[in-house]
Amino acid sequence: MYPHSHHEINQPILDVSHLTVRYNGRIALDDLTFHLHEGERVAVVGPNGAGKSTLFKVVAGVLQQNSGEVKIFGSRPHGHVCIGYIPQRSQVDWNFPVSVADVVMMGRSAKLGPFNWPRKKDWEFVRHALETVELSNLSTRQIGQLSGGQQQRMFIARALAQEAELMLMDEPLTGLDTPSQEGILDLLDRLKKENVTVMVATHDLDQAEAHFDRIMLLNHRIVSFGEPQIVMQTENLLNAYGGRLRSTDDGKVLSIDDCCDDDEHDHNH
Amino acid sequence: MTIITNFLVQPLQYEFMQRGMIAAVLVGIVCAVVGSYVVLRGMAFFGDALAHTILPGIALGYLITGGARDTLFWWALGTAIIAALGIGAISKNAEIKEDTAIGIIFAGMFALGVALISTVRSYAVDLSHFLFGDVLSVSTQSLWLILIFGGLVLLTVFAFYKEFTTLSFDPILAATLRLPVGLLNNLLLTLIAVTVAVSLQTVGVALMVAMLVTPAATAYLITHRLSTMMFLAAVFASLSGVIGLYLSFYLSIASGAAIVLTATVFFMFTLGWKRLRGI
Repeated sequence: MYPHSHHEINQPILDVSHLTVRYNGRIALDDLTFHLHEGERVAVVGPNGAGKSTLFKVVAGVLQQNSGEVKIFGSRPHGHVCIGYIPQRSQVDWNFPVSVADVVMMGRSAKLGPFNWPRKKDWEFVRHALETVELSNLSTRQIGQLSGGQQQRMFIARALAQEAELMLMDEPLTGLDTPSQEGILDLLDRLKKENVTVMVATHDLDQAEAHFDRIMLLNHRIVSFGEPQIVMQTENLLNAYGGRLRSTDDGKVLSIDDCCDDDEHDHNH
Repeated sequence: MTIITNFLVQPLQYEFMQRGMIAAVLVGIVCAVVGSYVVLRGMAFFGDALAHTILPGIALGYLITGGARDTLFWWALGTAIIAALGIGAISKNAEIKEDTAIGIIFAGMFALGVALISTVRSYAVDLSHFLFGDVLSVSTQSLWLILIFGGLVLLTVFAFYKEFTTLSFDPILAATLRLPVGLLNNLLLTLIAVTVAVSLQTVGVALMVAMLVTPAATAYLITHRLSTMMFLAAVFASLSGVIGLYLSFYLSIASGAAIVLTATVFFMFTLGWKRLRGI
C-alpha cells in the first residue's frame, strides 16, 4: 500500500539537475543543478523568499517542480521514505495532544505499514532516537512543554526514527538562544558519524561557515556552492543579498538586515 | 434512597426511553471519537455545514417514501457522503476562500431542503424533527443501524489511528512518509459523513456540530494525549446523552436540545475549573 523505492548503489544521495519551480507565476527556483555526497552537511543560505523552503519541499517530494529533475539514489523522491523533513517550529501546532515519544513514533508510520501498531522493535527505535538527541527523560511530556531547542531535537529524533538518510531542516536555529543553537550544531556533528546527510536552511552566515562542509548561496538561482571559504567571499554575498548586507570596518561581511521571515517567529504559547 | 432510585428508574420503564438512552450513548461515543479529529483539525465549520447540507437529501427521501422514518437513514447517509467529498473537492480547488465556498453551498442546500419539506402540509413538525432530532422516536431497527454504522466508524478510526493522527499533526510528514494523503483525507471526510447520518435522529441537523465538537473540546481541555482525549470525550458525550434525556423527561424539553445543553454545561464547567486552577 505504501511505496518504498530501492536505492541504486553508486548513485548520489541527492542529484538535482536544471530544477525550475514557479509559484503563482513567479519564478521561485531557477535552473538549479547540484548534487550532494552521502554524510555531507550543507548549509543553504540566502535572503527571505530566496526559495529555500521551496527547494526543500521539492527535494522531499511534497511539491512538484515545473521542469528539471530531482533524484534520490537514482530515482524520483516520491517513492522514498528516507527523506526527513524538519519543519519550521512556527508551522507546528504545539497544543496538539501528543507526547514527545508519540511524535517520534510518527516517524515510523510508514515503516509500520497499514493496520499495524508499534511493536517492540519500533519502541526500541524511538528510545534510541530520543537517547541520541538527549530527550529520554522528557519522552512523556506534551510537546508544548518543551523549550525551543528541545522541540527541534524532538524533530531530529523523529527523522532518526524514520531512518532518514537525508535530513532537510528548515531554519532549525531560528529563535533559539545560543546554548540551544550550539546543542543542535553538536548534534549535527554526531549525526555525521551515522552517515546522515544534512541540508540546513539558515540565515546565520558565521554558523554556516563554521559548522558545514559546504555552503549553497541561494537566491532563486545558485549564486555559489562550495566550501565555505570560497562561497563566503564578499562578491558572492553581494550577489545573493544585494544591498542588504551590513559590513564591519575591515570590510568583512558581518550580517544581513532581514534575519527572519515574518512567519518564522515563535508562536509557542 | 427509594426516591432517588425511583427518579432514575421510572423513565426507564418506557421502552422509548430505553431506546433513546442507548441511541444517545452510542451516538455520543461515535461523535466524540470522530469529533476529536474535527476539533484538532479545526473542521467545526465543515461539520456544521455538512450536517446542514444533507437536509435536501433527507427531504427528498421524506417526500418519496411518504415520511417513513427508518429509510431516512439511507438518504441521510448517501447525501452526507456525497456532500462531504463534494465540499472536500471544492475547498481544494476554490477560486474563493474555502469557508466562503462552504458557506454558500451549505446555506443554499439547506434552503433547498426547507423548500422541499415545506411542500408538505404537516411540514412544521417534521422539519423540527430533522432540525433538532427526535431521539425518543428511535425504532429498534434504527438502533441496529446506529450500532452497525457507528461500529464501522470506530473500527476504521482504530485501524487508521496512526495515519489519521500523523496526517492531522503534520501533513508534510505524512507526505514525506508517502502515506496516501488524499485517500486518507477523503476517508476521514467519509467517516464524518457517516457519523452525521448516524446522529441525525438524536440531535438533528442544526445541533449536530455540538455533538461533534463540544465533548471533544471538553476533553481537549484536560488531557495531553489523543487516545485519552477520545476516551474522555466519549465519557462526556455519553453522560450528556443520559443526563440530557432525564432532563428532557422531567422538564418536558426537547431531547436534542437537552443533550446539547448538558454537553455545553460540561464544557463551561471544565473551562471554568481549568481557569481557576490555572490562576
